[in-house]
Amino acid sequence: MKLDAKIPSGPLVDKWARYLSEIKLVNPANKRKYEIIVVGSGLGGAAAAATLGELGYHVKCFCYQDSPRRAHSISAQGGINAAKNYQNDGDSVYRLFHDTIKGGDFRAREANVYRLAEVSAEIIDQCTAQGVPFAREYGGHLANRSFGGAQVSRTFYARGQTGQQLLLGAYSALCRQIQAGTVTMFPRTEMLDLVVVDGHAKGIVVRDMVTGEISSHSADAVALATGGYANVYDLSTNARGCNVTAAFRAYKRGAAFANPCYTQIHPTCIPVSGDYQSKLTLMSESLRNDGRVWVPKRQGDNRPPQQIPEGERDYFLERKYPSYGNLAPRDISSRSAKEVCDEGRGVGPSGLGVYLDFSDAIDRLGLATIRERYGNLFEMYERITGEDAYKTPMRIYPALHYTMGGLWVDYNLMSNLPGLHVLGEANFSDHGANRLGASALMQGLADGYFILPYTIGAYLADLKEKRPSTEHPEFRKVEKEVEERTKKFLSINGKRSVQSIHKELGQLMWDKAGMARNEEGLKEAIAKIPVIREEFWKNVKVPGDGGEINQELEKAGRLADFLEFGELLCRDALDRNESCGGHFREEHQSEDGEALRNDEKYSYVSAWEFQGEDREPVLHKEPIVYEEVKMATRSYK
Amino acid sequence: MYCGGAAIVFILSIFMEQTTARLFRSSLGKKYVMAVSGVILLLFVIGHLIGNLQIFAHPDLINSYAHFLQNMGPGLWAVRLILLTAVVAHIWAAVELTLENRRARPEDYREKDTIQASYASRTMRISGFIVLAFILFHLAHFTLQVVNPQYQELYTQLEDGTVVHDVHSMMVSGFQNIWISGFYLIAIGLLSVHLRHGFASMFQSIGLRNRKIAGPLEKTSLGLSILYFAGNAAIPVAILAGFVS
Amino acid sequence: MNLKLRVWRQKDRNAPGKLVEYEAGDIDPEMSFLEMLDVVNERLIGAGDEPIAFDHDCREGICGTCSATINGIPHGPERATTVCQLHMRHFKDGDILTIEPFRAKPFPVIRDLMVDRSAFDRIIESGGFVSVRTGSAPEANTLPIPKDAAETAMDAAACIGCGACVAACKNASAMLFVAAKSSQLNTLPQGKPEKDRRVLNMVAAMDEAGFGNCTNQYECSAVCPKTISEDFIAQLNREYLVASVKQSFAGK
Repeated sequence: MKLDAKIPSGPLVDKWARYLSEIKLVNPANKRKYEIIVVGSGLGGAAAAATLGELGYHVKCFCYQDSPRRAHSISAQGGINAAKNYQNDGDSVYRLFHDTIKGGDFRAREANVYRLAEVSAEIIDQCTAQGVPFAREYGGHLANRSFGGAQVSRTFYARGQTGQQLLLGAYSALCRQIQAGTVTMFPRTEMLDLVVVDGHAKGIVVRDMVTGEISSHSADAVALATGGYANVYDLSTNARGCNVTAAFRAYKRGAAFANPCYTQIHPTCIPVSGDYQSKLTLMSESLRNDGRVWVPKRQGDNRPPQQIPEGERDYFLERKYPSYGNLAPRDISSRSAKEVCDEGRGVGPSGLGVYLDFSDAIDRLGLATIRERYGNLFEMYERITGEDAYKTPMRIYPALHYTMGGLWVDYNLMSNLPGLHVLGEANFSDHGANRLGASALMQGLADGYFILPYTIGAYLADLKEKRPSTEHPEFRKVEKEVEERTKKFLSINGKRSVQSIHKELGQLMWDKAGMARNEEGLKEAIAKIPVIREEFWKNVKVPGDGGEINQELEKAGRLADFLEFGELLCRDALDRNESCGGHFREEHQSEDGEALRNDEKYSYVSAWEFQGEDREPVLHKEPIVYEEVKMATRSYK
Repeated sequence: MYCGGAAIVFILSIFMEQTTARLFRSSLGKKYVMAVSGVILLLFVIGHLIGNLQIFAHPDLINSYAHFLQNMGPGLWAVRLILLTAVVAHIWAAVELTLENRRARPEDYREKDTIQASYASRTMRISGFIVLAFILFHLAHFTLQVVNPQYQELYTQLEDGTVVHDVHSMMVSGFQNIWISGFYLIAIGLLSVHLRHGFASMFQSIGLRNRKIAGPLEKTSLGLSILYFAGNAAIPVAILAGFVS
Repeated sequence: MNLKLRVWRQKDRNAPGKLVEYEAGDIDPEMSFLEMLDVVNERLIGAGDEPIAFDHDCREGICGTCSATINGIPHGPERATTVCQLHMRHFKDGDILTIEPFRAKPFPVIRDLMVDRSAFDRIIESGGFVSVRTGSAPEANTLPIPKDAAETAMDAAACIGCGACVAACKNASAMLFVAAKSSQLNTLPQGKPEKDRRVLNMVAAMDEAGFGNCTNQYECSAVCPKTISEDFIAQLNREYLVASVKQSFAGK
């Protein structure tokens, strides 16, 4: 496998402009002859499908949800970054680029990130024109807020529902194209495999989740915008339906999977309350501005928090990171919380939680101020836990939140499989080993509105062969495989539910490949996952049949892929014998627990190539070369 | 201003084909028909009540008033036509909307609860239906005088010597029948309940309500319906109690 | 706690459905309503039965996927809450819960508690957008928008498209949904050029889908998980009237 990132030559700041001026175009009259499949209808997918439709291509867009408006981009709360410099605080494309590279712990590709920063401003223009109700100042101009990892205020937001509003904007653009007839929408339709003909991605096999019908769709190019894989951990802040199947099927058909071990943990989630838990809910990190994080000093101290005297409390973040205190970065705060819980000092029924206490802030600023700042978050907390955080400290615990790894793509957002394009969280390219807050929305929309619609044209313009019909033997073959797999799930008829096995996998992943990882644990996981996988294939129970709505069948298919993917993630984590960003190897930390990178040995993208069932995948390395940026140690002291 | 302008333009546009089509076919159009015909009928029933309250004065007052109305000639027929149109439009819209609403939920909930829907709003159909039945009877009773044909023979002389129909005696005689008074009270009660929701609802249907005025609007609506009921109920009660004879 | 559930079971769009009783024993009050259903389903699967199908996804109250009518109230007894955010502590031991799908002709039941809400998508397709080509947008700050207009637009835009408004309405009217989207766009200057077309087309699409008519009871707003105000319905009523009349006088 040859990994050619196809970065345009020339100085970094000119690359995208030059690329655009030199790119091959598709004749407008020819565009309607091309069919493009877009899988996923989140920010990336909806934006791409809408824009490609506008350009005149025939687009088929697929999503597993009942409406494209429900994709998980909708859950993003905080905001979207853009280098507008509206605050006159010295922001620039270069600064956004540099912050993103640094935030990614110097593991992202320079040219991609620079382009992302360049188009960021256009995204705000586009969304505003669509009627996205961004927050405004009294003068009528757009408001900004600050976010972690930046010294400028460049985050645009729509209350705490920025992701929702941006997605609804993209969805409305998509709807306009559906009405215009350029996009055909297939909701409640799940991609179950990729079809590769003569080395090019030429279509997909899908299951209609209502009728159970398995069918093929052929196209001239395929774009996956299918999100991340955080649900390999079972419990995460992702929607229950989020899955790795589309990306993993592409991997098994020859696309390289890059940096699967880069996962992001969010420190302020509502802790697990029992073993029935299905979902972790994130609360804005802004809470840490006024809340103080602590646990009892003594192990197993079960007294209610108010009864624990000041002297018996351990404000561990303030103790360990005196200058940043409770505002220490996400990964550091998360790991510290895990440490104290591992020591048996965690709070709450499960022992997996730490206090986030506002009593000092309420004394200092008054109840009214706290209510004004965080009222909605306190309400949300009360809705879920039934506790009043004005009176008793909140309990928080870290949770899986975002995955930086994904299918490997070049500068054109095309994977090593020609014709297969990958957008948004599903690809690996822009966030390196750690994503900054408010950058996920930026990337999804950048890819969908402003990058893919151009770069896919370059691929199509060079295309010699017309797309095959779905009668092509390759389609027949893949369709048959999918059908057999479905039948297999239904025929195992074992004793265990899909969810019980998923939970087992998730627990293992969280313990061994979660916030902190080490060689021993990863090896253990790599040995155990195949055992769980075997249990699944022997003992899972999928009731009902295939020709109807069957949610257990859907879950089984997704879990089957997670059970293979989890192992890949662990392998990647084992290979990356350094700590960087969201990947923390306990063997590589400074005295005060900071991640220690090893740029000499590990400044590469790990791209894994599938070798066949039960064979170890092969690692390919794309070196990370910085022309502009100097690698430095991240410091938050 | 919007209100007045809208009313004028609305009436004008009834004569325009495209608008008419939209008015009579779209869901919102039917609601406008409902609201506008409702306003007309509301104005009528209020005027009607004020006229009837003259029963508490000297009989000549109401008798001369009735005489004036009966001799309006074409004016009377114009008013009757407008009222008839409003009634027909109101009923037509109600029937259309009801049928559509039934179709919109072919399979009902096995268990249904509401959070805030008022009693009045939930009983619009039944209250409207009974009021219609009453109006028909009321017309037959007092206007066409076919229920008690002897009413046609009631004449009296005003102070100036004009011989007029003795509406005063007709009302007194009519309401002395306990059954008629009972039916009348029930119908008026239901109409008041109907107005309770209908009055406030009209503002919403033509887009003139918001949450700021909702409170005062609801109070006005309640006050109006109570006053309307009290005013109307006073007549049979007074007659039955012998205060008016 | 121990509960008795009466759950609507229906195999597919065309099959008849009925309420089936289940015991939900040993339920933790900390569970969300959907987690309670998860637990019931795990037990059903264990017993060799088919689990109850229900729609859900984000489980944090924003995607609008989950939908169920609990004891006659869409999304259950708590205000401003989706089913996924409803917790069992709001119920009592021994409660009998009747769980039905959202019911409306344009929302056909496709299995158990799952309904097809694609009618909402068709309404948005008919006009719930601003026609702006990607890349053609002007610099965002060239058009200042008064803060209160932006806030009002955001109030309307908070709609999650769950359909509870339709489910709660005695007439299965979609007015709150339609009004929320049309008002969001019509309140902003970006949406003004298409204002009349938008309301005319969206109302036509709503009528065509077979929703009922608004009867001004505001149950929709009362059950709305995002507490969208019925004021937007008044705005739609007003804008539709103006648009209808304007169009008649516009000639052609």
